[in-house]
Amino acid sequence: MADYKHIGKDFTPPDITGKVTGKAMYAEDFRVDGMVYARMYTSPMAHGRVVSIDTSAAEAMDGVVGILTADDLPAVEVPNAPILTNSPAYVGDPILAVAAETEEIAENAMAAIKVKIDPLPFVTDPLDSLLAGGPDAREEGNIYARSSEGSGFRTVKWTKEQIDEFRAGKEPTGEYVSEWTYGDLEKGFADATVILEQPFVTIGYAHMSMEPRTALSYWRNGTCFVHGSAQSQSFWMPGLARLLEIEIKDLVLISENTGGGFGSKIGAYPIAALPGWFSKKINRPVQLRVTREQEYYLGSARVGFQGWVKMGFAADGKVTAADLFIVEDLGPNATGGDASSAGGAISMVYDPGAMRFRGVPVLTNTTPRGAQRGPGQNQIAAAMAPVMDKAAKELGLDRLEVRKLNAANNATTAYEEQEPVTSAYLKEALDKGAQMFDWEGRQRLPKKNGSKVRGLGIGQGYHSAGTKGFDGLIRITPDGKLHIHTGVGNLGTYSYASTSRAAAEVLKCDWENCEIHHGSSEQHLPWNSYQAGSVTTFTHTRTNYVAAMDALRKMKEIAASTMGGAAEDYDIDGQQVFLTSNSAQGMSYGAIAARAIELGGEYSGQTYPEDINEITVRSVQSLAGSGLVGVAKDNLPQEGVIPGLACAFVEIELDLETGKYEIIDYVGIAECGTVLFPQGLAQQMKGGAVWGMGMASLERHVYDPQNGLPANIGYHQCGIPTYLDVPSVTQSSAVDIADPQNPFGARGIGEPAMGCSVAAMTSAISDALDGHIFGRTPISADMIVNHVSGREQSFLPMQTNNF
Amino acid sequence: MNPQLSRRRFIKAVIASSVAAASSSGYHSALAQDRARGAVERLISLNINGQTRRVDVAPQETLAHTLRYKLGLTGTKLGCNRGECGACTVIIDGITNYSCSTLTHSVRTRQVRTVEGLQAADGTLHPLQQAFIDELSPQCGFCTPGQLMSAAALLEENPRPTRDEVRHAMAGNICRCGAYDHYLNGIMRASGQV
Repeated sequence: MADYKHIGKDFTPPDITGKVTGKAMYAEDFRVDGMVYARMYTSPMAHGRVVSIDTSAAEAMDGVVGILTADDLPAVEVPNAPILTNSPAYVGDPILAVAAETEEIAENAMAAIKVKIDPLPFVTDPLDSLLAGGPDAREEGNIYARSSEGSGFRTVKWTKEQIDEFRAGKEPTGEYVSEWTYGDLEKGFADATVILEQPFVTIGYAHMSMEPRTALSYWRNGTCFVHGSAQSQSFWMPGLARLLEIEIKDLVLISENTGGGFGSKIGAYPIAALPGWFSKKINRPVQLRVTREQEYYLGSARVGFQGWVKMGFAADGKVTAADLFIVEDLGPNATGGDASSAGGAISMVYDPGAMRFRGVPVLTNTTPRGAQRGPGQNQIAAAMAPVMDKAAKELGLDRLEVRKLNAANNATTAYEEQEPVTSAYLKEALDKGAQMFDWEGRQRLPKKNGSKVRGLGIGQGYHSAGTKGFDGLIRITPDGKLHIHTGVGNLGTYSYASTSRAAAEVLKCDWENCEIHHGSSEQHLPWNSYQAGSVTTFTHTRTNYVAAMDALRKMKEIAASTMGGAAEDYDIDGQQVFLTSNSAQGMSYGAIAARAIELGGEYSGQTYPEDINEITVRSVQSLAGSGLVGVAKDNLPQEGVIPGLACAFVEIELDLETGKYEIIDYVGIAECGTVLFPQGLAQQMKGGAVWGMGMASLERHVYDPQNGLPANIGYHQCGIPTYLDVPSVTQSSAVDIADPQNPFGARGIGEPAMGCSVAAMTSAISDALDGHIFGRTPISADMIVNHVSGREQSFLPMQTNNF
Repeated sequence: MNPQLSRRRFIKAVIASSVAAASSSGYHSALAQDRARGAVERLISLNINGQTRRVDVAPQETLAHTLRYKLGLTGTKLGCNRGECGACTVIIDGITNYSCSTLTHSVRTRQVRTVEGLQAADGTLHPLQQAFIDELSPQCGFCTPGQLMSAAALLEENPRPTRDEVRHAMAGNICRCGAYDHYLNGIMRASGQV
């Protein structure tokens, strides 16, 4: 284990003080002179066509400054989400916005606007649309398949018999739209000792980020300023510029702090551009206030699954084959793709010898879907855990041993292409977790205590956890300070800060001498990745590494040209560059920086590499001449899948009379390579644990099938976990074995941290109920009571979004 | 939940002052134009973090709105504006309240404390603020001011609570990031029990 100065050590991220003093600014906290408030009118119905809008009364009101409708904005090809629409496709779809001197006036103006909407047929459950004769969510069709070969609408219908057999849990025979496969599936099942088939439903639910996505925008001398709620920083720029129909160089994005995203704010979303368009129209700064109700509508939701899986197991427990079929609930905008990812997750976590995936992406008129923490991977983790338990039972094997046998390791190959992994130690994670949790000991404890039963669960989570090809940018100024410019967004993971430590590590700088620049494109930031998909840790330790190595090379060259000898004769420590043969002969970093300014050229950023992104180029140009500049594109070698893995062990105590359970203990183990920031990792593992607990039993969409109206919009109705829903103490740890494809061995973890939790929960509930598999999340108390008392459930098999 | 401010008392107070309550979906006033100007005195004095602030306040205005938009105290956050999430928690006469569901006019004679008032005048952080830093309690930070105010009120009433007592006292503050464990660690640390 390498001995690092910064990597692997806790530190105080610079933004935390603002968070505890109230000084941290989120988009809605900003005020500018002359600002007006905009409020949206959103669709009251699930699907319709706006026939007329009469704003005359509103426009005559004192204090009303302007109205914005879809006609003021560029047209968007269906089914992509427009900024405003005349063809609402879900309850909450924004139709127009009103700007006024106060919010009160805007609300009153809204009440005075007459909007006539003709209703259209709508869909709340994909199976209702797949059924022949059933409604379609869009006039263009009920399926929208996105692929590199060509995306488009289709109409796919199944017969009543096919729907019924799907509801009965049989292999679907209805038409599907996408497929991939590897290995010999038939042989895989022929070789199996135990074959299990399991239907499953995972109901989608809202992201419910704490911060509604209010945005503020104004124009100054042709530049559009946007204060937004963004997960990513520089990655937002091209998309936001496109939405505003301006060039990136004419856009400034300020997003220093974002109150949660969880996948709903990865790239610029249409609403973020609304104030910019509105501001341009009425020539006033506009703050679009998004309410909690609207955040439910616009703030994205997890893709729903209605699926079927068939797994083959050899006598020793090895997974020989997997066959997966998923009907995806893609919402109205066809934003999803979770189903194929779910297949990918199975191929990684359980490493079947052969596998097939088939999918049908169905549109519904429910809230738009999008990536949500482990999109696809975490739904399937929940569905698969009790299936693995059942296989173990039928084979007479231990549940932990079956998982260890199949666990992702250095020889694992994943996805359709059967790519190798950079490294994987899920078996070691399971061993560590079992030990911390005392898996052996807990199994010996009595199971029943009156009406209460104990359940023990094991869960595994996975998401790919890295990418490459982005830029790093750092700078040393004549005062000796190291400035780390990071285009990483700040959604609460502290990864913008922890990955910046990589530069300080390479240059052996004291952390007190480092300053991180982030949160606004005016801070001259490099082109960085999105903050999603657990990519940041791997990707940006690399970008900061290459930028620092570039600076290091330059510093040594400057030292050599100033003090004699060759660059190789020099080393660094204590913020000095000195002769290895005579450490007394050296220059301070500050002196090097001053010399860099004198020398110019690449040393001070006047020239720069040809392969860096245009955003990085502009940042370097702005910083040129201010010090020693280190800038580079991450061209380090990278091949194969970079995995983020995690496992969890949980004990619950379930009351058979009430269907409620208490979570007694939870242990989560991260397998994410070298641990960069221990406290930050613990936060992700514990926060992910809470998300998994919510998905397992609390959270889901409920839509009224008669009128297409959402039945739960607020926090409590949506079932967001509170302090009392989660255990008092959650434990976490990490395997902490370096990955060979990262300079520090680090990979990401944000999503597997949740997948292992929801999987452990469904496993534990099944264990408490003697192996019963509901094949459904969330598993609510009424479902448990109905099962225990032998009554029918209140929903149709495979029904979703309602009951 | 604050025992003094039951839902019944709140509704009675609202009806008694003949004012439309803030609607669940946002700042809302159907009756604004119907009221004669000057019917209620609008320029009032408030006691915020020990300071007297004079501010123009509409009768139906919520405390969260006044703090954030008129007094420049944006530390108090609006997560839902409908009394569900606790992000807007402030302390009024020693008791936690959801400022989004508190009419500003109702606190004219009371002492209101917000997150901005937790620090000492010389900038020294409150033990809870320091403990939250040491334990890396916040993630995105949006719920943090509310968590701090609930925790501060708790420790003022019960300086050495058990972890379970803390859990129950904090149950009115939702954290979507799921940082509950770290918040509990922070509060236990601030109470000197770690």
